[in-house]
Amino acid sequence: MAVTALPPPAATEPEARRRRPRRGGGGRESQLTWASGVGLGVSVMWFSLLVLIPLAAVVVTGSKEGWSGFWNAVTQEQTLAAIRLTVGTAFLVTIVNVFMGTLIAWVLVRDDFFGKRALEVLIDVPFALPTVVAGLVLLSLYGPQGPVGINIANKPSAVFVAYLFVTLPFVVRTVQPVLAELDREVEEASRSLGASSFTTFRRVVLPSLIPAIAAGATLSFARGVSEYGSLVLLSGNIPFQTEVTSVRILSSIENNNAVGAAAVATILLVISLVVIVLVDILQRRLVRRG
Amino acid sequence: MADVLVDDRPTPAVPPRAAPPRRPSARQLERRSRVVRYALRIVVVVYLIMLVGWPLSLVAQRALGNGLDDIKELFADPQMMHAFKLTLFAALISVAINTVFGITISILLVRYEFPGKRLLNAFVDLPLAVSPIVVGLSLVLVYNSRSGWFGPALEGAGFRVMYAFPAIVMATTFVALPLVIREVVPVLQEVGTDQEQAARSLGANAFQRFRRITLPSIKWAVIYGMVLTLARSLGEFGAVKVVSGNVLGVTRTATLAVEEKYLNFDKPGAYATAFLLALVSVACIIVVSLLRPKDQG
Repeated sequence: MAVTALPPPAATEPEARRRRPRRGGGGRESQLTWASGVGLGVSVMWFSLLVLIPLAAVVVTGSKEGWSGFWNAVTQEQTLAAIRLTVGTAFLVTIVNVFMGTLIAWVLVRDDFFGKRALEVLIDVPFALPTVVAGLVLLSLYGPQGPVGINIANKPSAVFVAYLFVTLPFVVRTVQPVLAELDREVEEASRSLGASSFTTFRRVVLPSLIPAIAAGATLSFARGVSEYGSLVLLSGNIPFQTEVTSVRILSSIENNNAVGAAAVATILLVISLVVIVLVDILQRRLVRRG
Repeated sequence: MADVLVDDRPTPAVPPRAAPPRRPSARQLERRSRVVRYALRIVVVVYLIMLVGWPLSLVAQRALGNGLDDIKELFADPQMMHAFKLTLFAALISVAINTVFGITISILLVRYEFPGKRLLNAFVDLPLAVSPIVVGLSLVLVYNSRSGWFGPALEGAGFRVMYAFPAIVMATTFVALPLVIREVVPVLQEVGTDQEQAARSLGANAFQRFRRITLPSIKWAVIYGMVLTLARSLGEFGAVKVVSGNVLGVTRTATLAVEEKYLNFDKPGAYATAFLLALVSVACIIVVSLLRPKDQG
């Protein structure tokens, strides 16, 4: 840990400072000291060995056979069907989450009733529950012997329900804090000027929630696209019907087709990267709005 | 259920048809808003129970259908005990690594200025958005002992990573990496540097400032982060499936055992194992939600 190291020896500190390029506006952020520089070096090295180099290896391996090899692997009929199912379902689920997530956040912030704490716990369950257990959990209600008589096992709707389950917390948890911080007086002013509560919501509340909703939606889309564990027992992984992209990559790995697996994985990786960048931009926007 | 959802979703307030010619009285308005509030509450409660609550309780019901027999059977099985110990051990190492790494990165990101900071800030969230299968594949490509980038050299040095315990630790550490950082960074930004600067002007060195000022102020955030990391590490499935080799009694973790048992028609065993895993993760959430309010103030 950087900060636990001994104070920098007087001789090396100016030297270390000289090597670092100065960036404008010191303010509250300090320049690196000797100790924090070592901390940064070790952390970045660990991060590279664990995350960056392996992810780079995916892209490099995926492009080993050139653009045509990559294109052939990705546009193979079964793979295309899997990508279409994954992205399409994740998109639908995200739309549901935008509405339901905002609604749930609204009720949790503005309403008060017995059992609200229990609902709060329920919302976090999909985040902490092991994904394979999530699959089994859904199978017990919506499976062949489920008590409600709805059987989604091995059907495309299984993918939809599984995504809905694992992405539940994202929109709720990004919208909730913003909604709680909102100034209620503005809404009261709008009401007292004769706006209906729907108009007030649409014209006063919603605009300030939109960056948070968008950030949550993006995260929920990314989580859906990358989901694997909850589908293993639930969807049956039938090619062209319920096989998602992650499962497709896994079967390529199991067939020792590392290049094919890496090519398809590159697609998912690009989606993740785009999402990260989008969320970063949206969060900056959130902060600026204060 | 679907009808209710479609009807109420876009209108968390009075439906738009309510555009009366005359302004309704205050009492009418209040009654209408109460009706809307109850309707919204019911929609949310029903949605969450159908999606999470009921399925979760059914797993408990099935796992405890024969009393505690199914669970006792699990603990009597030495291979399952091995799987539990393996899972716990890997998760604890992952928590330790991610705590140290997370605190360091958080302090660097909030308190220091360095080139590439914004890039690092965005990249540390990457593990949350990457598919577990891609995580597994990426580790295999670099660390497998036949054709990996570093694997053969490590194997030559007598250190086997892939399809062994280190790979399980790496996969669980990878997927849980941002959790401590996400909890600690906002708190560090909130507390500011006034106290640290005061301590510095009074002659405290970097280590004293960290131990006496910084660490106490982020203590709770670190603890939430650790609990969430523990839950995530215990439950990792996809990445571990790719990198562990899933050898019974050697590298099979608890989550892998759930799948294996279910596919081998040992449903009671699968439900019992799933129940234990669910119990731990729900306990983690409850611990965090009970601790959290105390932090404010």
